[in-house]
Amino acid sequence: MDINDLRSIFTVLAFIAFVGIVWWAYSDRRKKTYDEAAMLPLDGDSPFVPSVPSVPQATENQERKSS
Amino acid sequence: MQSQATYNYKVVRQFAVMTVIWGIVGMLVGVIIAAQLIWPELNVVEWLSYGRLRPLHTNAVIFAFGGCALFATSYFAVQRTSHVPLFAPALAAFTFWGWQLVIVLAALSLPLGFTQGKEYAELEWPIDILITLVWVSYAVVFFGTIVKRKVSHIYVANWFFGGFILTVAVLHLVNSAAIPVFAAGILTPKSYSAYAGVQDAMVQWWYGHNAVGFFLTAGFLGMMYYFVPKQAGRPIYSYRLSVVHFWALIFTYMWAGPHHLHYTALPDWTQSVGMVFSLILLAPSWGGMINGIMTLSGAWHKLRDDPILKFMITSLSFYGMSTFEGPMMSIKTVNALSHYTDWTVGHVHSGALGWVAMISIGSIYYLLPRLFGKPEMHSKKLVEAHFWIATIGIVLYIASMWIAGVMQGLMWRATNLDGTLTYSFVESVKATYPFWTIRLLGGLLFLSGMLIMAYNMFLTMAGGKAVNAPVLAPAAAH
Repeated sequence: MDINDLRSIFTVLAFIAFVGIVWWAYSDRRKKTYDEAAMLPLDGDSPFVPSVPSVPQATENQERKSS
Repeated sequence: MQSQATYNYKVVRQFAVMTVIWGIVGMLVGVIIAAQLIWPELNVVEWLSYGRLRPLHTNAVIFAFGGCALFATSYFAVQRTSHVPLFAPALAAFTFWGWQLVIVLAALSLPLGFTQGKEYAELEWPIDILITLVWVSYAVVFFGTIVKRKVSHIYVANWFFGGFILTVAVLHLVNSAAIPVFAAGILTPKSYSAYAGVQDAMVQWWYGHNAVGFFLTAGFLGMMYYFVPKQAGRPIYSYRLSVVHFWALIFTYMWAGPHHLHYTALPDWTQSVGMVFSLILLAPSWGGMINGIMTLSGAWHKLRDDPILKFMITSLSFYGMSTFEGPMMSIKTVNALSHYTDWTVGHVHSGALGWVAMISIGSIYYLLPRLFGKPEMHSKKLVEAHFWIATIGIVLYIASMWIAGVMQGLMWRATNLDGTLTYSFVESVKATYPFWTIRLLGGLLFLSGMLIMAYNMFLTMAGGKAVNAPVLAPAAAH
């Protein structure tokens, strides 16, 4: 086994790792964490700027559908 | 109430204001060299000649304008999404003054002719060492702030900013490795690359393309993931997609550099690897673009009367365009036509003006009133005017360079029946003049937009006072 086999194995491992990340990111277990994380930037950012009420995407889409 | 603790906005303010100033300087130099191509007699003295000013232009717009924008926005976003003020404020102040010193030294040394001759890494070794010190301090401040965060999750924008900071550190260290010639003295620095031949070229373009991928893309995607949701007042379209977007870029960008060396002494297989990974990059790039634009899904009406949002969404459209064009140009047969022509210049500016500058301008417009205690920018109409002037400028710039580039490529490869070249090189230069003139006009428009921005910025600052927003307690878990 020479260095090129190791390189091939590394490439395959990197690919498997990436597929694993995609599977993990889209697993249901992550959903709650991500929904909360997505709201992180939406804090009241300045006492001088009137804050826009923020609506979670899913809620708003449902409101549009039901109306 | 969390006592009187406030976020550290001082360093954000400094970097935000200097973003606009250096933007004007860098783009002015760009306009000058565009004019020098049309009127060579404008090369009056050697230190203001095209060859000296061109690296000054690229360094000023990438590292001075783009760099200041990245410092300002990353410092702002990391504090607010971590719910703590910046770690090591003295070190943060050092990053500001150190970075400004780097810029001033670049503005002096490049026109004087001190250069390592590596594109986007021209600065000589003493400045390289200063950059390293500033960059390590930046990493300490940024990651230190993340370490002391009050929320468990690290927001995705910070992943992009963090990836950008780490990668640029590695790129800078590896590509700047050089043997200094001390006999020349520190005031007239001179050095030779630590690498030789095709390895040197490959290291340079591994650096060069990842400067595009991490400095000009990952960093500004961090900006996108924070400021687009902010300005739109709604969370990112798909948080899962943003996680996959991040890792896909990390896994693929590093390999794309060889496409800058098609049909050179670089081994063929390396060129092909570069091409394949460049093609793969289309997927994460478009995933990210769609994620940003679709954040407005169901709220498209906001685009109608919010010029800041217009800047941001247009920037994403240009990001999509240039990340489609890039993989296409990396295909060897397309590259055989496009390489060394003005098409490349058009492609770069589609990314640099359309994506990088537009998202920065939008984010800085978002920041300025908040940093100076005003409800909004002095004049919203002027922001709107800036948007349209800049957009028309970009369209003129890239359309003229596309036409010029394809024309040059076709003229250079045209042969007569007996195998001789149909055109001499100078004929292609002559044919390009009209397009260089349109490009100059486009550049002038973009620069005028920045002048309007500066005027608007100073009127917003006037009478305002520097404010630091109080540190907010993290929202309770929903």
